Amino acid sequence: MIANPKTRAPRGLESVYARCVLVLIALLYLTLFLVLPLASVFAEAFEKGWQTYLDSVHTPDALSAIRLTLLATGVAVTMNLLFGLAAAWAITRFSFKGKNLLTTLIDLPLAVSPVISGLIFVLLFGLHGWCGRWLDDHDIRIVFAVPGIVLATIFVTFPFVARELIPFMQARGSEEEEAARVLGAGGWTTFFRITLPNIRWSLLYGVILCSARAMGEFGAVSVVSGHIRGETNTLPLYVEILYNEYNFTAAFAAASLLSVVAIVTLAAKKLIEWKVESGGGQA
Amino acid sequence: MGTFTTETRAGLGKDSRPAPVPAARKRVFRFKEPGVLPGFGLSLGFTITYLSLIVLIPLSAIFLKTMTMNWSRFVQTITSPRVVASYKLSFGASFAAAAINSVFGFIVAWVLARYRFPGKRIMDALVDLPFALPTAVAGIALTSLYAPNGWLGRYLVPLGIEVAFTRLGVLVALTFIGLPFVVRSVQPILEDLDGEIEEAAASLGANSWQTFRRVILPTVLPALLTGFALAFARALGEYGSVIFISGNMPMKTEITALLIVSKLEQYDFAGATAIAVVMLVTSFALLLIINALQARTRRFQEA
Repeated sequence: MIANPKTRAPRGLESVYARCVLVLIALLYLTLFLVLPLASVFAEAFEKGWQTYLDSVHTPDALSAIRLTLLATGVAVTMNLLFGLAAAWAITRFSFKGKNLLTTLIDLPLAVSPVISGLIFVLLFGLHGWCGRWLDDHDIRIVFAVPGIVLATIFVTFPFVARELIPFMQARGSEEEEAARVLGAGGWTTFFRITLPNIRWSLLYGVILCSARAMGEFGAVSVVSGHIRGETNTLPLYVEILYNEYNFTAAFAAASLLSVVAIVTLAAKKLIEWKVESGGGQA
Repeated sequence: MGTFTTETRAGLGKDSRPAPVPAARKRVFRFKEPGVLPGFGLSLGFTITYLSLIVLIPLSAIFLKTMTMNWSRFVQTITSPRVVASYKLSFGASFAAAAINSVFGFIVAWVLARYRFPGKRIMDALVDLPFALPTAVAGIALTSLYAPNGWLGRYLVPLGIEVAFTRLGVLVALTFIGLPFVVRSVQPILEDLDGEIEEAAASLGANSWQTFRRVILPTVLPALLTGFALAFARALGEYGSVIFISGNMPMKTEITALLIVSKLEQYDFAGATAIAVVMLVTSFALLLIINALQARTRRFQEA
């Protein structure tokens, strides 16, 4: 176990007995709400054996759902990564009027229900929406098509990278970049040679959280997708369809793929946290 | 003082924080304080454009759409019995779930921050599972657990405790998705607690319970409330995990988010928008409260 300087040896507040009870309560609570649901996904998925599992994952509909999920995630993460970098640079490297407002506005999508996140794009681009008629005349489909799914995914994961970068870059300060500038480095050189290496772990952390949410988003995507099989189904939507058709094994098989992604996400997240902690200890 | 002081300061090394505080001899309005780093226009321009296109303009669509509605029809929509029943369920279950998470999340945070025991690191990593696991997956997993033939349902249903397709199921789903918030808000504060304060309280004659109630709890309270509010806000808007386990019976187990979707499916855009506005205004109010609470927590941490 990593020696965490903050966790001191036992404190005198509570008895050993009380400690054991508290640990047991915590374990029981997490088992009931986290371990059992996670385990049940895999148990249900493999209920009828490996072959059924592989068959249900390897269908054209499942593969197209995986492809669409990866596409939407890729676009959303790239866009929000660029945005996160720009926002963090502007907010942490300069002081200007309205900075606090800007920071609050960036967090706004987190306060919006996923269903409403989908609704806003239906209102804008749907057939009865503001741009609907114009889009229809030009034969552009956004809602109930791939662009809508991508847009909804971008909206839902909007703040994830920026939220990680802003506090980190704020704490890190801008001395190194200023030194590079004073020594004659250009703007982009400073960014790529100084800033980017400094923030790489924090950036990766944001990207991981952003991708996990993008792959798993359900509510927003469900509203804009129109559930067209093989066309506008992401993996979570595909899970829902299979489940509603009482095809439980296949639904849980698809769900198990998403669960594996979630477990990998958690592991990667913890690894980065430990890496940064131990790195911070040496500095 | 101007740019040149920043440079002399930079030469001094340690104290070279940007601190672009110009001694405003004449108080001139400046949008941006001067500094040596480039890229202000580019980064802020991109930030604001992207923010407007993706978030601000689409969100304002909801409010604009409401304005085209007739006021009495708006009120009628948002106060119809079925909608009011869904508010009660959404608010009640979200509040109860956040309360459950405040109690047990506090215990989890306490245990993680103060004790050592086998499996602690896995437990710590696992707490974030509801952030990482797609809500639809959580929904079907919980439903299968509590279904009459599920791992837990087969023991609970004979006892007369039905979770799947009842309000209790909504509560279970909302507890699941809100679980990390209290733990992650409280845990850093508990880790930062100074052991000396507890020792001082103890040496002044306080017993464990008094130390906890009078010394530890007041310090942690803002963080605990933040966690509660975050879990509550998240639960209010939740959709994916609830719709599978709730059974979606109108007036009984129908949450507000689901009503928006069913109105949309009937092409009742105005109705869906009206309910969405009620939810949005509530969420934004909660966001303001959370921001205020977090500012208080930070003051505690810095003090």
